[in-house]
Amino acid sequence: MVLGNYKNCVSARAADPAILSASQDGGIVTQLFAFALEEGIIDGAIVAGQGDEPYKPEPVVATTVAELMEARGTRYTICPNVSMIKEATRSYGLDKVGIVGTPCQIQAVRKAQLYPMGMRAVPDKIALAIGIFCMENFPYQGLETMVEDLCNVKMESAVKMDIGKGKFSVYTERGAVSQIPLKLTHKFEQGGCHVCLDYVANLADVSTGSVGSPDGWSTVFTRTKAGESIWGKAIEAGYFETKPIEDVKPGLDLVTKLATDKITKNQKTLDERASFGVGKGLRNPYI
Amino acid sequence: MEEKPVAEKITIGHVHMSGCTGCLVSLADNYEGLFTLLDNYADLNYCLTLADVRDIPKMDVALVEGSVCINDHHSVEDIKKARENATIVVALGSCAAYGNITRFARGGQWNQPQHEAYVPIGDLINVDLHLPGCPPSKEAIRNVAVMAYLLLRGTDEQKELAAAYLKPLMDLAQRGNEACGCDLIYDVINQGICMGCGTCAAACPVRAITIEGGKPNVDRDLCIKCGACYAQCPRSFFNFDVMNQFEAISEAIDAAMGKGDE
Repeated sequence: MVLGNYKNCVSARAADPAILSASQDGGIVTQLFAFALEEGIIDGAIVAGQGDEPYKPEPVVATTVAELMEARGTRYTICPNVSMIKEATRSYGLDKVGIVGTPCQIQAVRKAQLYPMGMRAVPDKIALAIGIFCMENFPYQGLETMVEDLCNVKMESAVKMDIGKGKFSVYTERGAVSQIPLKLTHKFEQGGCHVCLDYVANLADVSTGSVGSPDGWSTVFTRTKAGESIWGKAIEAGYFETKPIEDVKPGLDLVTKLATDKITKNQKTLDERASFGVGKGLRNPYI
Repeated sequence: MEEKPVAEKITIGHVHMSGCTGCLVSLADNYEGLFTLLDNYADLNYCLTLADVRDIPKMDVALVEGSVCINDHHSVEDIKKARENATIVVALGSCAAYGNITRFARGGQWNQPQHEAYVPIGDLINVDLHLPGCPPSKEAIRNVAVMAYLLLRGTDEQKELAAAYLKPLMDLAQRGNEACGCDLIYDVINQGICMGCGTCAAACPVRAITIEGGKPNVDRDLCIKCGACYAQCPRSFFNFDVMNQFEAISEAIDAAMGKGDE
């Protein structure tokens, strides 16, 4: 079950070229939230907006398509989206909250729904949780070192960053591409990512990511009744182009392989933590 | 929902120690959900705020709110009696579980200046579950009540689910009776498992937590020691066996509460 429970999996991309112009892959998150917003399925979404430094995201409660557009693109650093989940139901007054997050953030959302301790009124107001595939994340200073020192690109001239095919790539506004082997980035990974046992956001309503689909397209899992229903309505309304995942390369085999690799490696880390000291270990949150 | 004979219900009491009644208000904040609970699953057989039963009776579940003033002998007797008379003792809210704001009590106020020392109930009796929060969320109180019913009156399958659901809250009670924003430092960040999701900042009732550089920063002079941040953190406990069924469990609770597809 390395891919979690899901009802359906396709390769897809947004139908709106304006969304695709600056989306990381197939524009799934932006397009699906835009659809849900227009249809009244959500009345706002917590997304990774622009922070005060280049490529430093900040959680934003987006209530317009324009605000959603601002949040397009992957920022390979921490954006504490769940920090806004209660506020979205308070001063923002939302009744139907959308949230996008990495697998750990979607786990946090589900825990807040099933075991709400400081989260009054949150459980019933989560209308659409979109999860993004995530292998690991980096603290901002780690990302800065990778981009500025290793790739020799200024953070402010980067227009896109991407991890794929064993490389970390930075694209600049003037058309240059700078790449380093992923191996060089490992030491900058956030330590807390090494105990994570979820690659494809198993607990989301809909999860999406680049792996498995061609460039410009995304792999999309629909997982819950809510996710299936919203996705179905969006397809019916013509918001996405889709292909059966079986018809695209590299397809689900690669997703399964990377998910298995991540879980196997991190399970080993968890096992090692149990006997990290001498007759003593470190805490395991899962037991 | 079919009507159930009263005999099948469990009995729940609300025991008010040194609390503010906000935990009881949170239970009442379930609105019609509270009536569904009382119609179908539980009799409230003790609650000084709502009913005229003077002494702590036998009950299946004691929801205890507030901490215990050890300088007040009636309070000390009450908490002991609650333990003696209840099958399951729930520390409802952060005062009962962790002391919360009463940690800062130090006596010297009229007209009982000697009332200076307060302890969480777990310092005096064995507590089965912690349900922290200041206030505790209404939904969590409802879930615990429904799960306690299933644990005591359900089928084997329901008992198993209820036991799995309640386990992390039982583990919290075993873990100890001290809480603070520092828990995030000691048991999450220092343990190398914080991943910067921001849940703690959302859970904090006094906005003492901000996320700086991808990690929580706790203003410890603002913190009231409620323990919500650690309890809510997905890296304090994350029980996959329950969490992987979040959709089915949410639907089951909704069905139990008479909420269909709305």
